[in-house]
Amino acid sequence: MKAPVPKALRPSPKRPGQDRNGKNGRNGAPPAEPTAKDHVIEGTATAVGWLDERTGATPFLRGFLYRKVPKGTNWYYTLGSATMFAFLSQAITGVFLAMYYEPDATRSYESAAHITNDVFLGEFVRGMHKWGSSVMIILIFLHMGRVFFFGAYKYPRELNWIIGVLLLVLTLMMGLTGYLLPFDQRSFWATVVAVNINASGPIIGPYLADFLRAGSEFGPTTISRFYSLHMLAVPGLIAALIGAHLYLVAKLGTTAPPWLKAEKKDLMTEEV
Amino acid sequence: MADPPKFDKKSRYTEGRGFAGAYEGETVTRRRLMEGGAQLAGGVAVAMIALPGLGFALGPLFEDTTPTRWQDVGPEDDFNDQTYVPKVISIVPQVGDAGKTTIYVRTFNPKRDKVVEGEDTQPYVAISTRCAHLGCPVRYIQASGKFVCPCHGGVYGFQGQVEGGPPVRPLDRFYTRVEAGRVQVGDRFSLNSQLHRFAPRDPSNHLDGLWQYLYPSRPTT
Repeated sequence: MKAPVPKALRPSPKRPGQDRNGKNGRNGAPPAEPTAKDHVIEGTATAVGWLDERTGATPFLRGFLYRKVPKGTNWYYTLGSATMFAFLSQAITGVFLAMYYEPDATRSYESAAHITNDVFLGEFVRGMHKWGSSVMIILIFLHMGRVFFFGAYKYPRELNWIIGVLLLVLTLMMGLTGYLLPFDQRSFWATVVAVNINASGPIIGPYLADFLRAGSEFGPTTISRFYSLHMLAVPGLIAALIGAHLYLVAKLGTTAPPWLKAEKKDLMTEEV
Repeated sequence: MADPPKFDKKSRYTEGRGFAGAYEGETVTRRRLMEGGAQLAGGVAVAMIALPGLGFALGPLFEDTTPTRWQDVGPEDDFNDQTYVPKVISIVPQVGDAGKTTIYVRTFNPKRDKVVEGEDTQPYVAISTRCAHLGCPVRYIQASGKFVCPCHGGVYGFQGQVEGGPPVRPLDRFYTRVEAGRVQVGDRFSLNSQLHRFAPRDPSNHLDGLWQYLYPSRPTT
């Protein structure tokens, strides 16, 4: 099995009587010693081959990345990947923000202000996270629109549409739970309103609001609850569902754009 | 005559399977029993971890009413029956300013205020500033004698009854009492459009007619 290394980096076989750099050992002298570059290339190839032999990564990656795609595949097909990379950007910047942020009703505003005003590049990373959230939601809706208008939700991809809707709901939950965390006047009252919208559902609404608030009022544990949902529960679910979403994409393939006519040889014929 | 053997018929479950250990008349094979047992044991093990965890996360749903806390808002002389006086009370301890809220207090006016039959009257009218629409803080406008909500334009009259905008019921109130010449406020209660008293409800919960049964009261602080 060949290691997934570009051809140029693979060690080429020696010619008879030559070392790998194509130099003759003069007058029967032994070929030149392998250079440091040779060692690096050889060592890398060996390490990659060792891993590949034990994981079967090559056939998996070949099936996953070198899929056949229909004719007419265009830039709109990148919106799903774009959404996923927006999520990854949110995850990375979120991890870094969590190093400075304190989810406490009396400390969260100050710690968020500390990130923005004092921490080196803090304003930039917080800005990436804040604007990235909007970017992710815009991209997820564009992706959803692409799938809808291209008819890509139809058989056999209905399940992937359903998973996608769950991902949309979870992404909006990320927006809701993250909005409270700066704990300024705007985020506080916006979240009060959002929780009370949940409370407006008959019978279960007030219980749902109690769950979100951790009680009947915004208390000491409300913000830690939102923080836990925002950085552990919901992102974990999103990551797992993205895995399922991608698995189904790889398994079922993508659809051709609707304006592309089927080729005659591909049309089903009915024998009479 | 000897009895016929107990399992003389071929079992339709194990016949022809040919795997070791299956004997005639067996309805559940040992293999299936072991499989089912392993599944059950796994299920019990998962439930033992998942159910307490879930109950822990849902804890606030099972909380009981917290005991009444009476808070002093000032001497009786601070208040009159013509206009509201703003006072700050604490509704959630330990969270600093986020746990404080403004209430508007005035003396009960028997000529002007509606006396609901069968309900004791409160010596003071202590109005909560939590809008009955979605919980934003309402403000009392002295000039018009109305409460106005900044978020979605809810307007309430002098009694806290809805006069305009989206709110679904009047502003909540607090129980009041006088102890040694000082006014104290206690628990929150909600009102329907006839100003009948109800156990406290969340904002956005209707209270008229059948709605009172569709929105359960939840304990408040």
